[in-house]
Amino acid sequence: MNRLAPFLLIAFLLGGWEIACRVMQVPVYFLPPPSAVGAALLEHWPALVAASWRTLSVALISLLLASLIAQALAILTAVSPFLDRAIRPLASVVQVTPVVAIAPLVLIWAGLDHPERALVTLAVLVAFFPIFSGATAGLRSADPDLERLFALYGAGRWQRVVRLRLPSAVPFLLEGHKVGAGLALIGAVVAEFGAGSGGVRGLAWQILDAGNKLQTDRMIAALVVLGAMGVALHAVLEATERAGLKWWRGR
Amino acid sequence: MIASLSNVEVDYDRGLALGPVSLEIGDGEIVALVGPSGCGKSTALRLLAGLEQPTRGTVTRATGRGETSVVFQAPTLAPWLSAQANVALPLELAGTPRPEARRRADEALARVGLSGAEGARPAQLSGGMAMRVSLARALVTSPRLLLLDEPFAALDEITRRALANDVLTLWAATKPAIVFVTHNVEEAVYMASRVVVISRGPGQIAGDFPVDGPLPRPPHFRTEATFRTTAEAVSTALAAGVEA
Repeated sequence: MNRLAPFLLIAFLLGGWEIACRVMQVPVYFLPPPSAVGAALLEHWPALVAASWRTLSVALISLLLASLIAQALAILTAVSPFLDRAIRPLASVVQVTPVVAIAPLVLIWAGLDHPERALVTLAVLVAFFPIFSGATAGLRSADPDLERLFALYGAGRWQRVVRLRLPSAVPFLLEGHKVGAGLALIGAVVAEFGAGSGGVRGLAWQILDAGNKLQTDRMIAALVVLGAMGVALHAVLEATERAGLKWWRGR
Repeated sequence: MIASLSNVEVDYDRGLALGPVSLEIGDGEIVALVGPSGCGKSTALRLLAGLEQPTRGTVTRATGRGETSVVFQAPTLAPWLSAQANVALPLELAGTPRPEARRRADEALARVGLSGAEGARPAQLSGGMAMRVSLARALVTSPRLLLLDEPFAALDEITRRALANDVLTLWAATKPAIVFVTHNVEEAVYMASRVVVISRGPGQIAGDFPVDGPLPRPPHFRTEATFRTTAEAVSTALAAGVEA
C-alpha cells in the first residue's frame, strides 16, 4: 500500500485536473486536460523520443567530459600545493556563474555552426563543480595513519595518489558523479533554451517550438517526458552509487 | 643496538610533550613503553619510526629502508583491498613484482593464522582478525625493528591475550627488536624483556625494569613470582610518575 502511495496521489491530482478542466470549460490552449496531454504524447511520441535522445546524449557526453576534466584537475591539486592554490578560486568562479548568463557568449564562440558543441560546453560547466569538489575532498580523505604507513614504505608522490588517495576518494567520486549527472541534464536543457530555435532539436526545443505554436498539450507532453527522463537517470545513478559503494567497502 | 633516542625533546603548541629522554633499543629486545595517557609514549614510538622529528636531540636507527614496521592501535587497512593485497602493499610499493609480493603476503597471513582469509575484505573480518592482517603486513617485509602503538587496546581480553602470545611466537622465529606502547602493566610485563616507565608529560623516563624469564612465556607465567614482583615494581614507578 505504501509503495502505491505516490501513484495514488498522482491519480487523484490528474483526476481533479481533468474534472476541473471539463467543469470550468478551460480553453485547451490555456490548460489542456490530462487526456489531451496523453493524446499529444501518443501523437508526437516518435518526435519526443528522438528529442529526448538528443538532450540525453548531450547530457551524457557532458558528464563524461566534466568527469575527466574535474578528476584530472583535482589530481593536480592533490599533487601540487601550488596548483591547488591556483585552480581552486577559478573552479569556484565556474560554480557561481549562472549558465544562462554565459550561454550567449559560448553560443557565439562555439555555436553558430555547431550548436551541439555549445550545449556540451555549457552542460560541462554545470556538471564540473560537484565532481571537482567531491574529488578534491575525497583525495584528502585518506586515513592519516595509512598516509604515515605510505611514508614509512617510501611511497612516491604518484604512488600515494594512485594507490591511496584515489581509491580513498571513491565514495566521494560516486556522490559527485550522481549530483553532476543530474546537473548535466539540467545544464543541457537550460543551454537548449539559451540556444533558442536555432539550436539542437532536443526536448527544450520541443517545448519552445510547441509554445510558439500555442500547442500547450504538446508542451506539457514534452515536460512529462523530461521529468520521466530525470527520474530514470536519477534511479540509474542511485543504483550505480549503491553498487559502487558495496564493491568499495567489500560488503 | 638497533635504534636510540638521545636527549630527545619534542615541543607541541601547548608546550613540551616529551623529554628530555634517552633510550637505547638493543637487537632482539622486546621493550614495553608504559605510561599514563598523554605522557608522550606514542610520540616516542613515532620518533623511533621516523614518522616524527624531534625538536631537539637526535634519533638514530641502524635499519635500512623497509626494515622498520609499525602497527597502529586501529588495524589501518585499506577497505578496498583484500587481506592479501593489504599485506602485499609494502612489498609492491618497494617494487617487488606482484606475484612474488602476493606469494609472500600469503605466507605472512599463514604465519598469523589467517590462511583461507586471503580474499576477505577488512569489513568482513572481526577486530582481532583485522589486527592480525595488520600484523602480517608489518611482518611481510621481515623487519629488524617492529613498533607497535597500543596494538591490542581496542580488543577484548581473550583476543588480546591470544595475540600477545602470537606476537611472542612470531618474535621467536626471526628475533626482531620490538618496541610496543601500552598502558596495561600486566601486558607490558608479560610480553616484554624490558619495561620502560614514562612519567606524565612532559614525559620522562621514570624507571627501566628488566623482566627475567624465558620468551615466549610459559603457560602460567602470570602466576610466577618474577611476574608479580616486576609488575608490582612497574606499578609503583607508574604511580610515582603520575603524581610527579
